[in-house]
Amino acid sequence: MLQVKNLTKIYDGGVKALDNVSFEVPDGQFLAVIGLSGSGKSTLLRCINRLIDPTEGQILWDGEDITAASPEEMRRIRRKIGMVFQHFNLVHRSKVITNVLAGRLGYVNPAWSLLNRFSKEDMEKAVKQLERVGIADKANQRADELSGGQQQRVGIARALMQDPKMILADEPVASLDPVLAHSIMKHLEEINKKDGVTVLCSLHFLDLVHRYADRVIALNQGQLVFEGSPRDIDDKKFKDIYGRDAERVG
Amino acid sequence: MKEKKSSAWKSIQFGLAVLLGLFVYAYGFDVTKVNLEELRSERRQQSLTRVTRTLAQPDLITYDKQEAIVNSPLYVPCPADNNLSAIPAADTAAAYLAITPACANPGETVQVEGFNFPPNIIGPIRFVPGSDPLNVVTLGRESIKTDGDGHFITSFVIPDRISEEPQHIRVTISENVGSPRFTQNAKDTWDKIIETVFMALLATTAGTILAFPLSFIAARNLMKSVRSPLTSVALSVLGWPIGMGLGYYIVNQIGIFTIPLAENIFTNLISVAVTPFIFWYAVRWALPQEEIKIPSPSLRLTRLLVLFIAILVAFFGFFQLAGLATNISLGIEKALGSFGFLATFLFQVSDILRIITPALGALAAGGTLANFLGHLGQRISEKNATARVKTTNLILAALAGATVLGLLGALVEWLYQVGQFEYTFWAPVLIGAGLGLLLAAFTQPKDTLPTGMVVYSITRTIVNALRSVEALVMAIVFVIAVGIGPFAGMMALGLHTIVSLVKLYSEQVESIMPGPLEAITATGANRLQTIIYAVIPQVIPPYISYTMYRWDINVRMSTIIGFVGGGGIGFLLQQNINLLNYRAASTQMIAIAIVVASMDYISSVLREKYV
Ligand SMILES: Nc1ncnc2c1ncn2[C@@H]1O[C@H](COP(=O)(O)OP(=O)(O)OP(=O)(O)O)[C@@H](O)[C@H]1O
Ligand SMILES: [Mg+2]
Repeated sequence: MLQVKNLTKIYDGGVKALDNVSFEVPDGQFLAVIGLSGSGKSTLLRCINRLIDPTEGQILWDGEDITAASPEEMRRIRRKIGMVFQHFNLVHRSKVITNVLAGRLGYVNPAWSLLNRFSKEDMEKAVKQLERVGIADKANQRADELSGGQQQRVGIARALMQDPKMILADEPVASLDPVLAHSIMKHLEEINKKDGVTVLCSLHFLDLVHRYADRVIALNQGQLVFEGSPRDIDDKKFKDIYGRDAERVG
Repeated sequence: MKEKKSSAWKSIQFGLAVLLGLFVYAYGFDVTKVNLEELRSERRQQSLTRVTRTLAQPDLITYDKQEAIVNSPLYVPCPADNNLSAIPAADTAAAYLAITPACANPGETVQVEGFNFPPNIIGPIRFVPGSDPLNVVTLGRESIKTDGDGHFITSFVIPDRISEEPQHIRVTISENVGSPRFTQNAKDTWDKIIETVFMALLATTAGTILAFPLSFIAARNLMKSVRSPLTSVALSVLGWPIGMGLGYYIVNQIGIFTIPLAENIFTNLISVAVTPFIFWYAVRWALPQEEIKIPSPSLRLTRLLVLFIAILVAFFGFFQLAGLATNISLGIEKALGSFGFLATFLFQVSDILRIITPALGALAAGGTLANFLGHLGQRISEKNATARVKTTNLILAALAGATVLGLLGALVEWLYQVGQFEYTFWAPVLIGAGLGLLLAAFTQPKDTLPTGMVVYSITRTIVNALRSVEALVMAIVFVIAVGIGPFAGMMALGLHTIVSLVKLYSEQVESIMPGPLEAITATGANRLQTIIYAVIPQVIPPYISYTMYRWDINVRMSTIIGFVGGGGIGFLLQQNINLLNYRAASTQMIAIAIVVASMDYISSVLREKYV
């Protein structure tokens, strides 16, 4: 179980991106994080794997305090948390297979990375992940030769390489068309339902939230303004989350 | 109204700027002594023409010369009886001279006509005093030029030498025989141009290899996130000198004990063959490729021990490899004949290996110990109560400060030989300890310090300072350190290459896309792994392009670094210019032009292909 307690993040410039946020995520849940642009969704997700150091508060994962972990412990925690990004964040000039293998780096001894070597099991595993997301034939292409949807699949395969117990997805479909968006979300759903991986996914479209999420939290200017089932977002709640003048579409 | 005023003000500003510009350039002309009058003066133009003409005739090709002397007798003055019968008729089959009249008084002019000479040649025509036609003493400084038929006609003023016997007029002609061959100057130029190109090659290679790792330390975006608690910093600061000292001592000892073993070619071969295997298996065991569970402390300790032994074995192997290279080079030197330089190269490599192995050992041990103690410090800082960490910090920071300043003091002592240890050593030690104590006292014990930014700033400062020193100036220093020759030039170029490449490279690292870096970090990769998998793939193309650019510069620089004694073709060029030997200098200038132009071309082709 993931427990976020009184999490606050104030950036160097003084922006309060998270303001005393607390919530819990049971294992195996698909949690959607919604909110306006700038409401702190990315900041929240990045605090969980400490890509950003929170200013105050605690994050406990299965009882272990992530916020107090040493660099060595952080490495072990991070390798169990996969991350998927809006802009895919692949290494463009590397091959697809190398990008996928990179998901294994948290396990590989750095001395072997110096020689750019992965074990045979890892190689096989990488091919398997690519098969799972349906682009095994692209393994030896350069990452930037792929379309957006294919790149995001590589991103998912990379996260799967980590044998994750949790996946953080930061607007994974925001730069894809609606059809592709659904296919990517289905991959995440399958990983969530089949492998029991906890998924925290920030989303912009409520129909996606209704379709895939078990539960929703909403942020507004860094504050948690809603927590509950997607069905409970009525018009009033919607205006709380997105502001007085917002109109529901779709 | 307002607009008008501002436009008037603008005109005034513009006028002032023009005036200021005029003033600056006028002063510039005065300072640089621009003087076209001098260029127009007769004397300058003459010498310019002369030099340009010689430069246009590079000393490149020569022939074997064959000199032939054609003499023709005449009486000076005319004999009393006007009997000229003593003069024999010339052999008209070969080249011959006809002098009319065949006698004359000093100061009179005779006509000399030549027949059957080689066509279109120039040669001196001289008066040979005395009766001996082979006399080497000659008078006059005229010369003749034959036409297409090998004929010439010229007038000759008889000098003031009188004799009863017939004297001679001599035309000397020299002919090229055999095939053309290169002059000594051309051969020297070739040798030196090779030296120049390789100087540039070695400097670029060495510079690139060293600049590569340094460029990551000098990149702000990578170093900004490197922070560690004071305990860790202090311990690693202590780890460096202790580790380096220990490493140097141990590896040196290994060398002393095992170099004699290399003399026996049999044991030498076996050790060179076996050590890599031992090293490989030990390392494979001690550094498992993947680790799911956290290893127990006792397993960790055993692994550390095995790694340590493996590294000792590796250094033993290095020494044996150096020994083997020496053995081979000595063995094959004779057999290689004109490829003997390969053996010399091997010998030099083995020597370099032998010299740098202890230095490598020192660096490796220093790095390892600093790293290990840094981790230890991290743990101490995490697992202990704040008060205890504070006490530890006070002690360790004082020790670290004392060590750093003490070492700096020792360096000052060595440089300036002050000879007063209480000032150059003990005072810095005390000050360092004090500073350490202050640092520990005024920081929160568990807070992290921006160690990355400190290292970054120091690296950048050193690099920027060194970069502002021209390679030519560095060469002067290295000439003093290692003597005149291409080695000094190579060191200077190499050092300059390192510092300028570190700057260019690290700017590339700073401009990479942050996304992949973030993604790789998120997988749990450590810093080294993020660099290898997220940074290097992004910076390879610009790195290649900058290396090529630097190679270009190095070739150019290496052609003139000889001017200050740095070896290469510049040395030869400067010598010849100083000796006013412009034809030889011309050869070298042409060689430089060809080399620079072709390197330019090659690197542009390569750049297009790979970047
Ligand atoms: N590195 C940073 N330094 C300073 N302020 C930042 C930084 N990153 C984000 N912020 C600020 O923090 C707030 C929250 O940003 P965040 O990126 O978490 O929002 P978000 O909900 O992910 O927005 P979006 O939907 O546009 O991605 C914003 O006001 C933003 O300007
Ligand atoms: Mg965001």
